[in-house]
Amino acid sequence: MPDAPGLELIRGEIEQDHPGAVLDTGFEHGCASLAIDPAHVLGVLGWLRDAPGQGYRFLSSLHAADYLPAEPRFAVHYELLNRDRVERIRVKALLADPGEDSLPEIDSCVELFPTAEFQEREAYDFFGIVFNGHPDLTRILLPEDYVGWPQRRDFPVGGEPVTFTYNERNYG
Amino acid sequence: MAELAERTEVMTVNIGPHHPATHGVLRLVVDLEGEVVKDLRPIIGYVHTGIEKSCEDKSYWKVIPFVERMDYVSYFFQMEAFCGAVERMIELEIPPRAKYLRTIFLELNRIHSHLVWLGTTALDLGAISMLWYCFRERERILDLFEMATGQRMHTRYFQVGGVIEDIPLGFEAKLREFIADMPVRVGQYQALLDRNEVFLSRTKGTGIVSRERLLELGVTGPLLRAAGEPWDLRKAFDYLAYPEMDFKIPVGTVGDNYDRYRVRVAEMVESTRIVEQALDALPEGPFIADDRKYVLPPRSELSTSMESLIHHFKLVTEGYRVGPGELYYAIESPRGELGCFVLADGSAKPARVHFRDPSFVNLQAFRDMSVGSYIADMICSLGMLDPILGGVDR
Repeated sequence: MPDAPGLELIRGEIEQDHPGAVLDTGFEHGCASLAIDPAHVLGVLGWLRDAPGQGYRFLSSLHAADYLPAEPRFAVHYELLNRDRVERIRVKALLADPGEDSLPEIDSCVELFPTAEFQEREAYDFFGIVFNGHPDLTRILLPEDYVGWPQRRDFPVGGEPVTFTYNERNYG
Repeated sequence: MAELAERTEVMTVNIGPHHPATHGVLRLVVDLEGEVVKDLRPIIGYVHTGIEKSCEDKSYWKVIPFVERMDYVSYFFQMEAFCGAVERMIELEIPPRAKYLRTIFLELNRIHSHLVWLGTTALDLGAISMLWYCFRERERILDLFEMATGQRMHTRYFQVGGVIEDIPLGFEAKLREFIADMPVRVGQYQALLDRNEVFLSRTKGTGIVSRERLLELGVTGPLLRAAGEPWDLRKAFDYLAYPEMDFKIPVGTVGDNYDRYRVRVAEMVESTRIVEQALDALPEGPFIADDRKYVLPPRSELSTSMESLIHHFKLVTEGYRVGPGELYYAIESPRGELGCFVLADGSAKPARVHFRDPSFVNLQAFRDMSVGSYIADMICSLGMLDPILGGVDR
């Protein structure tokens, strides 16, 4: 893990190329994280991957989280790993909720990290986060015709009716 | 005689979701030209049960049995990923004996998982007797689990703070018997398969994906190691008793299905060595941490101490609270990097539990493994990929 001063150095260097990209840095439980503006996500991820001295070439995990009631509400987490130095860094792209009828959008990082393909589909499936430029952004685990984004915090647990043929026949 | 024009036609075949060779409820849509796979699309989600969502409605200690049921062959690993993540969030140090006990059970589980893989995959390739041999040894591991935890599968043995109970009398002797036998058994498997003509012709040179491509696709575990990359989180990161253990990371050379087989079989022997070392060095002392805000008090205290009773009541009804924060903790499961992301909002229930399941990520490499090969080799590659659909779909 980069330590807290190391994280500030990374922030400073990213700011040179992408002003305004890093919104905040965090260091908790021995894990470093960068909160970034989603508009710069590809720039920051690409820099962390390719810049000399960085080399976070392995994307361990990509997942989304819903911070309701905080603002901005959503975040896409990129758990990057440098396998030579055995260091992890988390990049969090903070996404505001655009309201009822539209979905939050962010650029897809499949070009940079092909491993993200399934994981971005999963984030889309459960949180309704649209990854622009993804080759095949469809639901992955839920049925194609499913309505709603079930892992959002305002989606009730148990909101899914259990369909028994008996009930349908007699009470349908 | 009129000459027959050569005609090629692409045929789309649907395999699964219920098919014995798909190792679970996996559906494959395969474009075939003759016997050659031209394209392939895995379709998943048939056993999606919303475990991650359900976890958000459970207090932390009740999440443990839920997450165990994701990857139902390596349940100890799911428990460790979740408990380890929560322990790191509340900064609870687990006692040395618990670390060693966890290491023993994780490695036994790794052998168990590889045995299930070897038995079923060899079965796909026509070696039916392997299934009986592998399940014979697996049975002994399950007996050990039952002896220590009361359950054969989904044991709920790991707790936040340590393990629920110490190992019983007689467990050590039985485990030592198993440790003595296992390398011999592995030798027998190797004698059956390593130079078996049929097995070699099915596995040698099939399903090759380059190391660089595997890394791009995020593949970890035995698949990556078979391609010659010695990457193992047990060595790379410091968790449980692994830093004190002496073991090797088996690697392959070309990364074909034969290497994948050899790597996993070698891993079984290494895991047996780890179990033996951990058992030899098993420290005395408590098996669970002594922090009453997170760990249930011993049963015997409940009838004598009011304070213990209150702690017990609070822990069982509301559960403990975890301060706001988030953490990603990854361990080496039999299939690769198993990561657990926990987001806490300060209440007694997690705001999000996400598992980075290695089967889910590794499945992306399946297309690369199979396109251009025969359909029979595709079945072999799928077995060697070793996806557990419960983990893929969660």
